[in-house]
Amino acid sequence: MEELLRSFFDIDILVFAVIAIVPLLWVLPYALFAVWLERKVAAHMQDRLGPMRVGGWHGWAQTIADILKLIQKEDIVPTLADKKLHFLAPLVVFIGSYAAFAALPFSSAYVGSHVNVGVFYILAVSSLAVVGLLMAGWASNNKWSLFGAMRSVAQIISYEIPTALAILCVVVIAGTLDLQEINRMQTGWFWEWFVFKKFPFVFVAFIIFFVSSLAETNRTPFDIPEAESELVAGYHTEYTGMKFALFFLAEYGNMFLVSAVASSLFLGGWNSPFGDFMSGPIWGVFWFLSKGMFFVFVQIWLRWTLPRLRVDQLMHVSWKVLTPWSFVCLLAIGFWTVLGG
Amino acid sequence: MTPQEIAAKLKARFGEAISDLKEAPPSDPFISIQSLRVKDVAAFLRSDPDLEFDYLMCLSGMDYNNGNLGVVYNLYSMTKRHKLTLRVEVPKADPKVPSVESIWRTADWHEREAYDLVGIVFAGHPDLRRILCPYDWEGHPLQKDYKVPEFYQGMKVPY
Amino acid sequence: MAQIETIESQKTSIGKTVRTEEMIINMGPQHPSTHGVLRLELVVDGEIVVEVIPHIGYLHRCFEKHAESMANYQQVIPYCDRLDYISSMSMDWAYAMAVEKMLGIKIPERVEYIRVVMAELQRIASHLIALGTYGLDVGAFTPFLYCFRDRERILDLFEMTCGARLLYNYIWVGGVSHDLPPGFVEKARDFCRYFRPSLKEINDLLTYNKIFIERTADVGILPADVAINYACSGPMLRASGVNFDLRRDDPYSVYDRLDWEVQIGKGDVGTVGDCWDRYMVRVREMEQSAAIIEQALEQLPSGDVSAAIPKRIRPPVCDVYVRSESPRGEIGFYVVSDGTGSPFRVKARSPAFVNLSVLPEICKGYMIADLVAIVGSVDIVLGEVDR
Repeated sequence: MEELLRSFFDIDILVFAVIAIVPLLWVLPYALFAVWLERKVAAHMQDRLGPMRVGGWHGWAQTIADILKLIQKEDIVPTLADKKLHFLAPLVVFIGSYAAFAALPFSSAYVGSHVNVGVFYILAVSSLAVVGLLMAGWASNNKWSLFGAMRSVAQIISYEIPTALAILCVVVIAGTLDLQEINRMQTGWFWEWFVFKKFPFVFVAFIIFFVSSLAETNRTPFDIPEAESELVAGYHTEYTGMKFALFFLAEYGNMFLVSAVASSLFLGGWNSPFGDFMSGPIWGVFWFLSKGMFFVFVQIWLRWTLPRLRVDQLMHVSWKVLTPWSFVCLLAIGFWTVLGG
Repeated sequence: MTPQEIAAKLKARFGEAISDLKEAPPSDPFISIQSLRVKDVAAFLRSDPDLEFDYLMCLSGMDYNNGNLGVVYNLYSMTKRHKLTLRVEVPKADPKVPSVESIWRTADWHEREAYDLVGIVFAGHPDLRRILCPYDWEGHPLQKDYKVPEFYQGMKVPY
Repeated sequence: MAQIETIESQKTSIGKTVRTEEMIINMGPQHPSTHGVLRLELVVDGEIVVEVIPHIGYLHRCFEKHAESMANYQQVIPYCDRLDYISSMSMDWAYAMAVEKMLGIKIPERVEYIRVVMAELQRIASHLIALGTYGLDVGAFTPFLYCFRDRERILDLFEMTCGARLLYNYIWVGGVSHDLPPGFVEKARDFCRYFRPSLKEINDLLTYNKIFIERTADVGILPADVAINYACSGPMLRASGVNFDLRRDDPYSVYDRLDWEVQIGKGDVGTVGDCWDRYMVRVREMEQSAAIIEQALEQLPSGDVSAAIPKRIRPPVCDVYVRSESPRGEIGFYVVSDGTGSPFRVKARSPAFVNLSVLPEICKGYMIADLVAIVGSVDIVLGEVDR
């Protein structure tokens, strides 16, 4: 991609600006689409229809209308709230979710920033959102928000461990932290994908990664930080208008991020499942986005099917179920790789 | 046991504190008690092995419109499947009735409601405060001569 | 002579001093899970609830005072509807039975059977709401919609009969307001046939779901003796293992000619008397209600439903307490008449009011999330708690 741009104009800063804008061009329309998709999927699962009117065909413009409404809303800040933190919190959460897009390889020709510690960078930056959540809960001057923030911090920090261990399983096989390189190693038919290697350990690692990523993004069954029936709206109770929209953008961005990482690490990323057929730099974008969207759909599906876990049960699942099993997988894969290659 | 047998047993035990069984169909037959002995009678009704009234169905505060307030207890026995109604009348100027909350825990909220709406003060109740009206409301709404106050905390009370 | 101790000044809402490790938090009148305007003051130690102080009265509409000012005993019926607005038929019926006992009216057979059918349909509708909202409290959003879809069919039946979907004013003193319209019996039978497989769908989705069981089993255990001491009734009492159902043990109307099983909590997945048991008793009761409806429709005689409705209601000076089994428990009306045409005193003993009073007892030591589950399992409707 960089060569292509340099053939048009050779100004460094312009090239890099264009490269940096691309994920944003994806995230914003995607968020609009994902909210609409969630409402439609939820509706059809619940034996009703969902948005039908705005924009004509099945209400596709509903989210655009909602965003326009949210932008016009009065920005209410509670009197005793910590103004600086209250303002910064949604920004920090959004940055934590969006900055990780820089290391996602959308295709063989495009990576926002080709760092050779891509996986590590993504893990590190997405943890920034925790700080934002804590700021939001504290700054709202509301006991229920504080509860939501505390629970959310405990949850995200606990679930980062199985996530990281599951990712390490893949890194052990690939031998590199570079996400673009990991994708290149999975070129070929779909049995070249990492999820089918060293069966069943990487498959179990994939399951563990997917479940922990549900907890990272605060989706049901792990959505106690924003549990509507308990904490009203948890840490974003006191947010209105555009700030609330930013939290939502961050949540949907995060959903896509973990889906994309799952598909890159385990399911071949921008590789076509049919080998050379339908492959190439442009097709790569198609495959990458479809695999990502498929997992987003699965996350939506799970949200509307399962009840929610209680906070101590959630901790139990993380520390006593997922972490030990991911250790087992890591050890097994490590031994297998060293002994067998 | 029939109401007559229950009444006879109570009369034998408590003598002049218990009135005779008043039967006037279609009313439920009831027994009147002096307010001072309510707690003793209640304890006996609960603990006696022939009676075993362990379920207080309903406790209602009453304003009899003749200068007296009262409390009506509807009792039931889950084991023996018999019912009983007790009545207590107290003068409106000094409406004190002993609380039976320690005997049937359900009386807790019922007595709070009777206090709140009718104005009967239950002696020995651990936490007698209003339950349905706001905590700083004045007056007892279900009394027959109750007048709705004009203002409540500066707000005009409609109607 | 026993002494009467006068009580001291009233306690304020928190009488005890609170240590710094504990926090007082308000699950306020407006909250997605408190099933109405109920305020719960919680003293929590981290996530563990140390004490619960319920505050009610936000929906107090002075039912009893209104009843006293009505010109006519029949005019109180719409007010009874609005007590427990989710099971209006049961409220109307209990009050109508009380006044009928005072007057000594003999109700025609057809009316009795119609009342049974309506009450059991109402029981299913009310339990569907209880289960749907309970799933919502625990985080499962979809069963709510399925329950409401099934409830729509029941509301269609009601609308066919009396024109109203929620507040019916159907069961009057002495009879019912309208006879069953043509086609009602077939439609009701269709509904019973449709309902049983639909119940299986809800069971698959929620009842035996592992996460749901983890949230509700062994939570909010109500021992049987505590339940009787607090005069709990209905599914709450039966889930604690007490085999008591007013329709069978203190029978009224034609229930002695109908055959069904009383459902008790057995501690299938947890302890007897936990939230899952209360939930399961309601699920099973719905099935039994469908059976009762089918039997009643089969035994339905013909007749005139308004034959026994008195033109003027002027009971003698008397007082009665009559109770019946509403979906939430024992609804009782203590009606006092002074010989005139309007009631002297009507006291509504509502099941939710009494069932809610046990909340401080069974919530100690659980977490806030469990509290939501427990309040949901008590199945309160603030309309009848506050009257």
